[in-house]
Amino acid sequence: MKRYEMACVGAGPAGLAAAIEAARHGVQAAVFDENDRPGGQLFKQIHKFFGSKEHRAQERGFSIGRSLLEEARELGVEVVLEAVVLGLYEGRVMNVMVRDFVEPVLAERILIATGASENMIPFPGWTLPGVVGAGAAQTMANIHGIKPGENLLMVGSGNVGLVVGFQMLQAGAQVAAVIDAAPSVGGYGVHAAKLARTGVPFLMGHTITKALGREKVEGAVVARVDEAWRPVPGTERTFEVDTICLAVGLNPMTQLARMAGARMTSVPALGGLVPAHDENMETSLKGIYVAGDAAGIEEASSAIIEGRLAGLAIAHSLGYLDQDGFRRLKEEQQRSMVGLRTGPFGEKRRQGKAAMMAALEG
Amino acid sequence: MAETLLKKGYLSQEEVDQGPGTPSAARREKGRVAAIECLQEIPCNPCESSCRFGAIRVGEDITRLPVLDEDKCTGCMSCLPICPGQAIFIIDESVGGGKAQVSLPYEFRPLPAEGEEVIALLRSGQELGPAKVVKVRQNEKMDRTAMVTLEVPQEWSMKARFFRRKTD
Amino acid sequence: MGEERPVARIEEHPILGRFEKGEKVSFTFDGKAMEGYAGEPIAMALRANGVMIHRYTAIRGEPRGIFCAIGRCTDCIMVVDGRPNVRTCVTALAAGMEVRTQHGVSAGKGAGGA
Repeated sequence: MKRYEMACVGAGPAGLAAAIEAARHGVQAAVFDENDRPGGQLFKQIHKFFGSKEHRAQERGFSIGRSLLEEARELGVEVVLEAVVLGLYEGRVMNVMVRDFVEPVLAERILIATGASENMIPFPGWTLPGVVGAGAAQTMANIHGIKPGENLLMVGSGNVGLVVGFQMLQAGAQVAAVIDAAPSVGGYGVHAAKLARTGVPFLMGHTITKALGREKVEGAVVARVDEAWRPVPGTERTFEVDTICLAVGLNPMTQLARMAGARMTSVPALGGLVPAHDENMETSLKGIYVAGDAAGIEEASSAIIEGRLAGLAIAHSLGYLDQDGFRRLKEEQQRSMVGLRTGPFGEKRRQGKAAMMAALEG
Repeated sequence: MAETLLKKGYLSQEEVDQGPGTPSAARREKGRVAAIECLQEIPCNPCESSCRFGAIRVGEDITRLPVLDEDKCTGCMSCLPICPGQAIFIIDESVGGGKAQVSLPYEFRPLPAEGEEVIALLRSGQELGPAKVVKVRQNEKMDRTAMVTLEVPQEWSMKARFFRRKTD
Repeated sequence: MGEERPVARIEEHPILGRFEKGEKVSFTFDGKAMEGYAGEPIAMALRANGVMIHRYTAIRGEPRGIFCAIGRCTDCIMVVDGRPNVRTCVTALAAGMEVRTQHGVSAGKGAGGA
């Protein structure tokens, strides 16, 4: 059975940053990812990141992804691709399937950095070809160079909907409208403004009631909602679109944590059920850590910091980093995180994390 | 604050006019100056770091709104392509002839041609009217965010924020 | 019956430039000759050729196509070289592949599977 000092499940920003940080201090680390390329969602992000210089602001997601990968390789981190971690068992044993071959892997420390999955909202016609997740639209356009459609309806005005909407324009498609059942735009105003100035209308307080078409999407019916989120009869309007893009929220992918028996807590501000973790990113299971979107929906910049915190904690717990060094480096990362978790957007997440940590102590 | 932004996805003229990043009419008539339309507290400060003249202030709490010191601003245009939110414009009302120049960030291709006649758009995407592309800039430092300068009637200097090509 | 759509390939992306692709290869979809690039997901080559429908469901015979594009939802599965239930969004196209619309859950024809 293969043995590692540290195994990360997921080679997105959190997993890579954690392995890099730990490897810097001498930890033997491996990162497993089910995809044929690492980087998680980073390579699909073609916009410039926010934050400050230490958060790698101004860099486009894919360039941050590239440099993380390079750093990981330079430090001797083993990146295993097309590797699905099927299960996480007692004694920190994982079953890893690489193509058709399943192998048990034992690690001293395990980091669950599996990211998030997309929510969906069912409506009549939602199964028609032409209805795609926002992530799918991004994958098609930015990884494969395929325009998802000619005229899209974007359902959801959080940052994912806004950012992907703009990316669809850059891919050469048109966006008929951005709709959201909520009364206000959920994502950053500047992301919305980039879209609005090109002529894309925003319909807040609206939901999709039906996708039209027999064999594929040919249109979408949208209606205003009342305070109880119910469509108001008589307010329907039809958009002639060939693609309906769902950007209705992300959900932490925590199956491995749940399977292993980690204590879970429900934190709406973080996207749903998350494994309760302390400030070292350790779950209720000793030696099992969590970071990135799997620990609560945030952004790539916070995923990187959480990854680093987990990497430092792991290096320290394995004896590679002394108490003083650990405290100093940890505080540096925590200070960096504070900047990201302030303001009207970050504050909710900060509170969510605080509530979750309180639950861990309880 | 920023009610229209949250409901419609764009800032109203009033919201912009009262913003801390908006240059006065007097300053705009003196020559090129930045107009920073960032009115929401998000953690972000590349604009501050990009300014060699100290004309943009965010501060230690990086969620604070960027404040423009219009007297320090030389209109050098360094900040425009830097802003991840594409929220910075450069305005010049000193060009004369009843015209103004509005430079904006542009991340689409193909780029318009210098001299091309286009339709200027408001923040809402509504059409303002005919405008002309007078300059198109891009270089490696701008990292694929090109800058397009439109010549518009002076009254549109604080209104025109995008354009539609006649071929669209 | 509308399988025709305008060209879906992005030639020159404003940020990403040109997309690196493998060599051009021929394959067939329901017997029709098509072209794509070796190594790209079968689903993308199909979409570039205007194909939207990948399969019809077993019980109600409803059309399905790409939904998640990352191999999780199984909406895009098709019969490839005689094998059913191939996730075309994460399976690489190879020269000479025979891709067929899947009906139900096996390689057989008609709704009701089996």
